[in-house]
Amino acid sequence: MNEREHLFTRIREALTVKTPAHHGDSLPTSAEHRCVLPTVGTTMDEQLALFAQNAADLKATFILVNHEDDLARALQVLADKEQWQRVATHQGGLANKLAGLLGLPLLMVDGGYDKSALALCDAGISECDALVAQTGSVVVTSMTAGGRALSCLPPHHVVITRRSQLVPDLTSAFSLIREKHAAHYPSMISFITGPSRTGDIERILVLGAHGPKQLTIFCIQD
Amino acid sequence: MNTPASQFNADARRVSADLRHRGIIRTAMNNYEVVRDRRKAGFQDWQGARDLAARTKCETISHLDTHLEQFARLLEARGTVVHWAANAQHARDIILGIVRGKNARVIVKSKTMTSEEIHLNEALENAGCEVVESDLGEFIVQLREEPPYHLVFPAMHLTRAEIQQTFQRKSHDAPSDNPEDLTMVARRVLREKYLQADVGITGANFAIAETGMISITENEGNARLTAALPQTMITLIGIEKVLPRLEDLALFLPMLAVMGTGQPLACYNTLYGGPRQPGEADGPEEFHVVMLDNRRTTLLADAEQRDALGCIRCGACLNVCPIFCNVGGHTYGTVYGGPIGSVITPHLRGLHEWKHLGYASSLCGACSETCPVRIDLHHHLLQNRRNASYAKPIRWQKLAFQLFALVANRPRLWSLTTRLARLGQKFHGLIKGRALDPAQAWTRTREIQPIARQSFHEWWKERGK
Ligand code: SF4
Repeated sequence: MNEREHLFTRIREALTVKTPAHHGDSLPTSAEHRCVLPTVGTTMDEQLALFAQNAADLKATFILVNHEDDLARALQVLADKEQWQRVATHQGGLANKLAGLLGLPLLMVDGGYDKSALALCDAGISECDALVAQTGSVVVTSMTAGGRALSCLPPHHVVITRRSQLVPDLTSAFSLIREKHAAHYPSMISFITGPSRTGDIERILVLGAHGPKQLTIFCIQD
Repeated sequence: MNTPASQFNADARRVSADLRHRGIIRTAMNNYEVVRDRRKAGFQDWQGARDLAARTKCETISHLDTHLEQFARLLEARGTVVHWAANAQHARDIILGIVRGKNARVIVKSKTMTSEEIHLNEALENAGCEVVESDLGEFIVQLREEPPYHLVFPAMHLTRAEIQQTFQRKSHDAPSDNPEDLTMVARRVLREKYLQADVGITGANFAIAETGMISITENEGNARLTAALPQTMITLIGIEKVLPRLEDLALFLPMLAVMGTGQPLACYNTLYGGPRQPGEADGPEEFHVVMLDNRRTTLLADAEQRDALGCIRCGACLNVCPIFCNVGGHTYGTVYGGPIGSVITPHLRGLHEWKHLGYASSLCGACSETCPVRIDLHHHLLQNRRNASYAKPIRWQKLAFQLFALVANRPRLWSLTTRLARLGQKFHGLIKGRALDPAQAWTRTREIQPIARQSFHEWWKERGK
C-alpha cells in the first residue's frame, strides 16, 4: 500500500464509529444560506447602491459612467492626475482598447511577460467576471482578467466593467462561475474586496500592504 | 525537568502578572469585539448561520474520504501533483524533495499555521534555502525569531515601537514608528523577494471537493503574489480542510472574515485549481498540493471530539478566552493556542504530555458560544481531563476522592467534619496562601467561601424542636 491508501484506510477505520449528528447530516441549500446571510435588496438599483456603499466603506473608488467614451475620458483624467508613465493590461476587448487610448507605453501580459516590467507599471487595467453587491467584491479569473499578477502587482488596479455584470450575492457569483467556466476552470479565481490592506501593526489599518494601494472600478451603465 | 506543563505554569504566572502585556491585548480585543459585533449584526440570522456552518462541517467530516478523493482527482486532472503525508517528517521530506529538485535558493511563504506544525522553515533553512515569510505579522515575528503569537494576528503582542526596533536591528530601515511607514518597509523588502523567489509556499483555508480547488483567504495580497510569481507553487494543507461545494464558500468566507477580523469579507479570497493553464498569462509551471494527516485521523477516530476537525482557524475562541487574554499566546508552547489548541494538541501531540491544557480553562464556555462552526470546545476540555485521568490516574487525587467519598457517605462523620472545618477556617486566615498552608496552591490566588454557619441538617433539626 502507498501512503495515500494508508491514509484513506485510517480515515475509513476512524469513520466506522459514527457520531450522533447533532447538527444534521445534510448539506444546506443556497436558499437556506440566503436566509441567514446579509440582505442585498431586491431591485437592480438597490443592489447597485449597495455595491457603491460597500466600495466606499472599503476605500475603493467606484465610478459610474454612461458610455465607453465617458470611460475613456475618466481614465485619461486619472492617468494625468496620477502621472502614470506606463500601464499594463490584457487582451479583453474593452480593457486593452481603453488602455490603448491613453497613449502611454503599454505592457500586454497575454502569453507571458517580464515580471520586473510589470512591477514597474503604475497601473494594471483589467476586466472582470462579476461585481458582487453584497460584499463590494470584484471577481477576476486568470483567464478573463489577464492572469494572476496583473490585478495584484502594480500599485493601482483599475477594473473595467459593465453594469450587467453586477450580481446580488456570493451565492449567485459562484453559480455564475460554474455556468461560465465549468468546462474548463481557470487556474485562479479571486474575489477582490477593496485595495490590499493590513492591520498587523497595533491593529491599525494600512492600505497597500503587498497588493495594490488603490482599487478603482469603472462601471459602464449600458 | 522542564515539561510542557511546568513551562506553561511558569510562563502563565509571569505573563499574567505583566500589566503592560495585558493592556496591549485588552485594547486589541476590545476593538475586535466592537467591529465583530457590528458585522454579526449585518447577518439576518447569525445563530442560524452557525447552525448551517456546523451542519456543513459535520456532513463533510463524516464523509471525509469521499470528499477528499474527489478533491484530489479533480486537482490532478488539471496537472497538479497531489502528495499525501502521514506525519510532519514525511511532509518535510516531500517539500524538501520538490525544493531540491528545483535547485531553489529563495522561497517566499504566505501565512500557514500548518507549516509551523511541521517546522518547515527550519528544515528549509538547514537545506540552505533563504525562507521569507511574506505576511506582515509573520514577517515581523520571523525577524524576531519568535513563533506567531495568535492564529490570525501573529504580532498582536508587539507595539509599533518594538516593531520599529526590530526593523532597525535587522534591516537598518525604519524611518519612524508610524504603522504605515513600517508596512511600506516590509512592502519594499518583499517585492524584491517575490521577483527572486524560485518557490512559493502557501497554506489554504478550504479545499473545495466539487471543483478540486484550494481557497486562500488573506488581506495583504502576499498570498496572491506568492501564488503568481514563482515558477513552482506548493500548498500545504491539513486533510480536514475540505468543503464539498463552491457555494459553501458563500457562507464560510463571510463567517471567517467576521469572526477572524471583524470584516464583512477579507480583501482577497482566491481559489487555485492548478498550475498555469494553456492560454493563461502567468502562474507557476508546477503546482504541488501536500495533504497532511499528522494525527488528524486520531482525532477523527475520537467520535466524541471529531467535530474539532471542523475548525476554520478563525481565532475567535482565542479572542474571547479569559485564559488566552491573560497568559498570552506564547505560554501555550503549542502551534495552535487558546481553547482550540488546548482541545486538539493532546490529540496531535500526546495526551499525557499535554493534558495540563485541559485545565487552561475557566470553563466559562465563551469559546463554545462564539465558535462559528459550533465546536463544543469547553466540553472537549473536560473530556480531555477525564480521558487523561482514566489513562493514568493521579494517585493523590484518587486518594483524596476516596477519602471524600468515605466522609460524605457517613452522615455523622460528615457533620463532625463540617464542624471541625468551621473551626479550622477561623484560623485559616493566619496561614492562607503561605508556605504553611496545605492548600497553598489553591489559596494563594483564590478566596475560599466560608462554610455556612448552620448546615441544612442542623437547621432542620432545630426547627423540629
Ligand atoms: S474552534 Fe471555532 S472559534 Fe476557535 S478558531 Fe476554530 S472555528 Fe474559530
